[in-house]
Amino acid sequence: MEKVIAGSTVQVNEEGYLTDFSQWNQAVGTELAEEAGINLTQRHWEVLAYLQNEYKNDVPLSIRKIGKSNVVDIKEFYQLFPTAPLKTASKIAGIPKPVSCI
Amino acid sequence: MKRIIILGSGTAGTMMANHLHHRLGTGEWEIDVIDERTEHYYQPGYLFLPFDIYSPEDIVKPIKNFLPNGVNLINESIDRIVPKEQYVLMANGDRLAYDILIIGTGCKIAPEETEGMLGAEWQKSVFDFYTFEGALALRNKLREWEGGKLVVHITEMPIKCPVAPLEFAFLADSFFKHKNMRDKVELTFVTPLSGAFTKPKATAALEHLLEEKHIKIESDFAIESVDNEQKAIVDYGGRTIPFDLLVTVPTNKGDELIARSGMGDDLNFVPTNKATLQSKGWPNIFVLGDATDIAASKAGSVAHFEAEILTDNILHFIAGEPLKEEFDGHANCFIETGNGKALLIDFNYTHEPVEGTFPFPGIGPLRLLKESRINHMGKLAFRWIYWNMLLKGTHIPFVSSAMQEAGKTFD
Ligand SMILES: Cc1cc2nc3c(=O)[nH]c(=O)nc-3n(C[C@H](O)[C@H](O)[C@H](O)COP(=O)(O)OP(=O)(O)OC[C@H]3O[C@@H](n4cnc5c(N)ncnc54)[C@H](O)[C@@H]3O)c2cc1C
Repeated sequence: MEKVIAGSTVQVNEEGYLTDFSQWNQAVGTELAEEAGINLTQRHWEVLAYLQNEYKNDVPLSIRKIGKSNVVDIKEFYQLFPTAPLKTASKIAGIPKPVSCI
Repeated sequence: MKRIIILGSGTAGTMMANHLHHRLGTGEWEIDVIDERTEHYYQPGYLFLPFDIYSPEDIVKPIKNFLPNGVNLINESIDRIVPKEQYVLMANGDRLAYDILIIGTGCKIAPEETEGMLGAEWQKSVFDFYTFEGALALRNKLREWEGGKLVVHITEMPIKCPVAPLEFAFLADSFFKHKNMRDKVELTFVTPLSGAFTKPKATAALEHLLEEKHIKIESDFAIESVDNEQKAIVDYGGRTIPFDLLVTVPTNKGDELIARSGMGDDLNFVPTNKATLQSKGWPNIFVLGDATDIAASKAGSVAHFEAEILTDNILHFIAGEPLKEEFDGHANCFIETGNGKALLIDFNYTHEPVEGTFPFPGIGPLRLLKESRINHMGKLAFRWIYWNMLLKGTHIPFVSSAMQEAGKTFD
């Protein structure tokens, strides 16, 4: 479905994740963060850039991998994106919801 | 003579030994199986042992009973694989050269990955049921436990048999009902996932059952530590869940031999082609069962479907032919829901579990994603099928290695 975020029309799925990463920009990210009650700081942007890069390289994301990434430890990741950090951060970063293995 | 070595004589390795022996005969190829144990453990039985439904004799049998004559069983611990030089180094220093290697060393619990899990309360009020010893210790605890807060917990994914913790919660509900003490037990199911399961339709059905049985669910819980003093689990966000009895499924990892060989990912799972089951690193090394990193369920039924396809691919490999890209991630699992009922789910890489009939489209007799008594009979029959057909590589009638779409209700 379509949604207008920060003045641009983007495609999102029923859970609100962007379905086309090329439609993402920083303004979209900022507004998605606000919807999640988060004000983005420099640290947030660093983590988001890391997640986007892993996504582009087809690396499946998990809390464990992020903890070992040297970009952010799990504790800080939770402080930056409370409750369900990987899902929240992925949504703000414009990348798909992480699939947990079955 | 050329040599195939199979590492591990669990569900996957035993099936491969039987299939390959049958297809290759005894002429040109020697087949060796290595396992450090002499006993084969029926792991699905670990779910029933804590509730005194099965006894230890039902689930432990000698490995050699399930291997054909003509296949050698080497009862030693494996130190590492040296793929460049094509040999296996044993813990006793022996070097065993191979032409083809099959990895079936499975995965196991790693409670040391979580701070405090192996603390003072381990096997006092903190238990696992993913090992024989754990399930037995828990049985003894449950025989005398007088009630309180029972927390059933998954540490992180992937785990083998991802529905087993839910089944444990359902069986606990019916166990305490039968003991007339359900009102003394507060049951909570804690998961790192956003819901009861990974696939939407099955999640909805399972959450409905949790509600019906008054089992509370706490989702999105990424555990940081077990607090042994306060008797609580704490997540990275600071969320704290108190327990009187914690039944946890610790992190699951492939065997350390994979790390020593430098062949695994950060959880010691071996990168594997998800359609052919050839390892990504080495053309003459193949992987199946719980040891792979593919996004299929880590279940005995999956290993069974994989073994049929991998056997064909090993024959293609020997003949110098291209491998078949046939494995579709097919899984077929019974889910015990307590009170003598069960659900059945059937799915693959691309199709989530849905409602329908199995194995005969439109007829059944088994019902997909619906609770029934006949599904429960199916789950109990699985133990007989496992010991008498599955391990020996006998094809299960009417159940194909590729998932069937007929008889299912897709949107
Ligand atoms: C509680 C529970 C319930 C389950 N319920 C079901 C169910 O209902 N249905 C279902 O289909 N599946 C179920 N499963 C999953 C199923 O048991 C596994 O997926 C299956 O056993 C995997 O087979 P495998 O051969 O890959 O590994 P395993 O059967 O674990 O075998 C691995 C073998 O390798 C050997 N090994 C490992 N490392 C070494 C070494 N360094 N040296 C020598 N030997 C080594 C081990 O001794 C072992 O024998 C359940 C599992 C659990 C824990």
